Amino acid sequence: MAQVNVKDLDIVLGGNNILKSMNLEVRDGEFLVLLGPSGCGKSTLLHSIAGFIDVTEGQILIGDKDVTWADPKDRDIGMVFQSYALYPTMNVERNMSFGLRVARVPKAEIESRVERAASMLHLTDLLKRRPSQLSGGQRQRVAIGRALVRDAKVFLFDEPLSNLDAKLRSELRRELKQLHQQLETTMIYVTHYQVEAMTLATRIAVMKAGVIQQIGSPDEIYNYPTNLFVAGFLGAPTMNTFRGKLLQDNGQTTFVGPAFMANLSSYPNAKNIQTSEVIVGFRPENINLTDGKTSTNGNSGRISLIEPLGPQNIVWLTLTDGSTLSAVTDTQWHGKVGETISFDFDSARASVFDAKTEQRV
Amino acid sequence: MARNAKPNRINLALHAALLPLVITTLLAYIGSVLWTIRISFSTSKLLPKDDWAGLAQFERLFETDRWIVSLQNMGILAIVYIGGVMVIGCLLAVFIDQQVKGESWFRTIFLYPFAMSFVVTGLIWQWLFNPTLGLQNAMHSMGWTSFTLDWTVRPETSIYAVGLAMVWQGCGTTMAIMLAALRGVDDEQWKAARLDGVSKPRYYWNIVLPQLGPALATAFVLLAVALVRTFDIVAVMTSGGPGSSSEVPAKFIIDHLFGRNNIGLASAASVVMLITVFTVLTPLLYWRSKVQSRLSAGH
Amino acid sequence: MTTSAIATPSVAKPRKQLLTPARIGVYAFLLFTSAFFLLPLYVMLVTSLKSSDEVRAAVLFAWPASPQFGNWVEAWSTACISLACDGIRGGFWNSVRLVIPATILSVFLGALNGYALSFWRSKWGDVLFAILMLGAFVPFQIMIYPLVAWFRLGGFYNTYWAILLVHCIFGMPVLTLLFRNYFVSVPQELFKAARIDGGGFWRIFLQLMLPMATPMIIVATILQITGIWNDYLFGLIFAGKDNYPMTVQLNNLVNTTFGERRYHIDMAATILTSLVPLLVYFFSGRWFVRGIAAGAVKG
Repeated sequence: MAQVNVKDLDIVLGGNNILKSMNLEVRDGEFLVLLGPSGCGKSTLLHSIAGFIDVTEGQILIGDKDVTWADPKDRDIGMVFQSYALYPTMNVERNMSFGLRVARVPKAEIESRVERAASMLHLTDLLKRRPSQLSGGQRQRVAIGRALVRDAKVFLFDEPLSNLDAKLRSELRRELKQLHQQLETTMIYVTHYQVEAMTLATRIAVMKAGVIQQIGSPDEIYNYPTNLFVAGFLGAPTMNTFRGKLLQDNGQTTFVGPAFMANLSSYPNAKNIQTSEVIVGFRPENINLTDGKTSTNGNSGRISLIEPLGPQNIVWLTLTDGSTLSAVTDTQWHGKVGETISFDFDSARASVFDAKTEQRV
Repeated sequence: MARNAKPNRINLALHAALLPLVITTLLAYIGSVLWTIRISFSTSKLLPKDDWAGLAQFERLFETDRWIVSLQNMGILAIVYIGGVMVIGCLLAVFIDQQVKGESWFRTIFLYPFAMSFVVTGLIWQWLFNPTLGLQNAMHSMGWTSFTLDWTVRPETSIYAVGLAMVWQGCGTTMAIMLAALRGVDDEQWKAARLDGVSKPRYYWNIVLPQLGPALATAFVLLAVALVRTFDIVAVMTSGGPGSSSEVPAKFIIDHLFGRNNIGLASAASVVMLITVFTVLTPLLYWRSKVQSRLSAGH
Repeated sequence: MTTSAIATPSVAKPRKQLLTPARIGVYAFLLFTSAFFLLPLYVMLVTSLKSSDEVRAAVLFAWPASPQFGNWVEAWSTACISLACDGIRGGFWNSVRLVIPATILSVFLGALNGYALSFWRSKWGDVLFAILMLGAFVPFQIMIYPLVAWFRLGGFYNTYWAILLVHCIFGMPVLTLLFRNYFVSVPQELFKAARIDGGGFWRIFLQLMLPMATPMIIVATILQITGIWNDYLFGLIFAGKDNYPMTVQLNNLVNTTFGERRYHIDMAATILTSLVPLLVYFFSGRWFVRGIAAGAVKG
């Protein structure tokens, strides 16, 4: 178990400055997810920590050791690759013990380590099988087992579930979460699926173009996104955002948009917001649809599409200025396409961003 | 299959189109093999005779020095040619796989001998092995007076000269096959191996090589088939000589079919070659298909 | 950038090594083997441009004082092969006359067979295919005499048609395999859609499948042009004196001269003979490799 520290890291690949002065602190025992769109540098960061990519500037520390220039095998890490990278001609036992055999660890020690890892991962019955005879979940466990026998202090995961179908993905996700609870090892996990990030992470680091936009617990990231990008990246359907003006009048804070108005007085620190040009964001589940009657703000829209999901519906409204609004309702709600309907907001859970800087205010 | 539903017109077209295949397979392949087998059991000399000689031709065959020498040479070539090409071809493939600059240049250089006829190869190497005008003399005039490369004029070494020329010609194709196979190995395995502390040579030996089974078998089979066919290069480079020291089975057979007018003996020799080829190749091909299905099962 | 007080560097200096000993070794090996492969080509070229005095002086690697391109002209048009002194151009045109139709015909048949076997499944078709594949491994020597006998019977032994037919016969297994494997990867839905649209056997082949198989046609054509041009034995046995391909003429020129050997002319003739396949190779190297991989992967 160890923390990982990345200090002022610069990575230049093929002439491109992929990571600039990256600073990251991964706490001991936490499950940190690097989340972001493809090309944002998350895999590069992971592979630098692992030692497969040379550092241009900066430092990487694992535990108390400066491993900036250390060989991957000397960093006390284990890594699970996207394709698992199991050695196809060796059985599970040999796959897990290969590294130890190369390092000339005594046979008895190898056996005990493999046995321990195998029992922790429920692989004991599968030790003599080859990768081609294993299911996707079993292969993932073997890949983790390889890291386990090396007594790795940090586990790195490079999008291990991306190649799988949806059902298998959710199954293996749960296994991973249980594993983390069991082992309590530091884990760094790269993915572009927000669902994986939300369910697995102790903390999420959202990345864009080589820069960490925000790092925090899933709850923080989801409910208090620090900028427009983060707000839009998490949540499905995406957060509804609207440009408009913020009026402060007599202690009341009101958002005036082209199609509706919203009372933002219950928004944290609303009175002290200086900017007047803002972008306001409401998650679909924080929008209430009211039947027929005009709400106090005079907001209304016409239902254009209803997507029934089973336990919920997603209702799409077209507003007076042509923009769209999505709202989530429960099954009690009834409505028809074409109807005009009113809506209001749970303003405490809104997000307000400066229109120019796109930062949260 | 919905055979009955197929309109007659298509049936006709299909059968007309397959006619060349049928004729070739049944007549040219099966027919000729069967006839030759028949001849090997007769006393035919210039023309086929319809008698029965039992195994006489085969006995006579193995009492013929020239045949024994050609079989021995085949064995020597099997080691020198097949072994040499496999080793060098694999090494070339592995080295080129190291992301070297100018990779396509190297590939072009290693593969161009494949485009040359065996006649051309044989003639060039005959020239190079010429003791007075070839490499040996060139080395002498450059000061290396103890250098000897007169293999083609000495009976003990003539077959090795042929082997060298064949290796020169054959490495490229094996390299191409192995390179293609190497590129099919998931490169994340190298990262995993690096993490495990495995050195590069060890990685190639323990992890990559076992996965290349099918490709190695393919390369071996192609080389073995080419070996059995060896005729051109021997005929051109040494004419089987000096004497019959560099004789090979294919040349023995052709010589006896035409020049020496003994189709019975030649047919017996052909049958022996046929049996040899199939006893070696059948288990190999079977093993290869097994391994291939096992390796690809999980991907 | 300051080092944290707690952390102790575990590896002090960054290794900025692009040129490790291992890397140097890789390049050294590749360059050395490149020299081995290029040596014969260089010697062949250089010798062909020397005057007869320079050849006798036996300085193998030396570049000629002044390149005698006249050697090439002499080899082409006036060198003596047996009794005729018309150079090797006769052989060149014989080869051209043979290679073009033989390639077209054998590739067409291969494509036709591959198409028929993969889309129009029939029990007999699969059996024939299996036999044909076995035929690819049969040593050709065992087939020679019966073919000669049948051709004699048909009255076309030692004619152009004999050699043309022979190349089609011996090319059929590999080409059929190539095309069949290629067509197997074409989705059956495409074929079914064409049937629904009313396409019959020939229409689907000529207008849909053959155009789709263009990459494979290129590969097969290159393989056949090279293989047929470079062939020696079949040309020697089946073509007859009037149709001897360039390879046969070359061997006659070099190995059956009376009197003094003219090595510079010999090498010039050798270059001329290898020109066509070498040019094909250099201009289509990519397809060459594809062809080897395609043919080899499936055995």
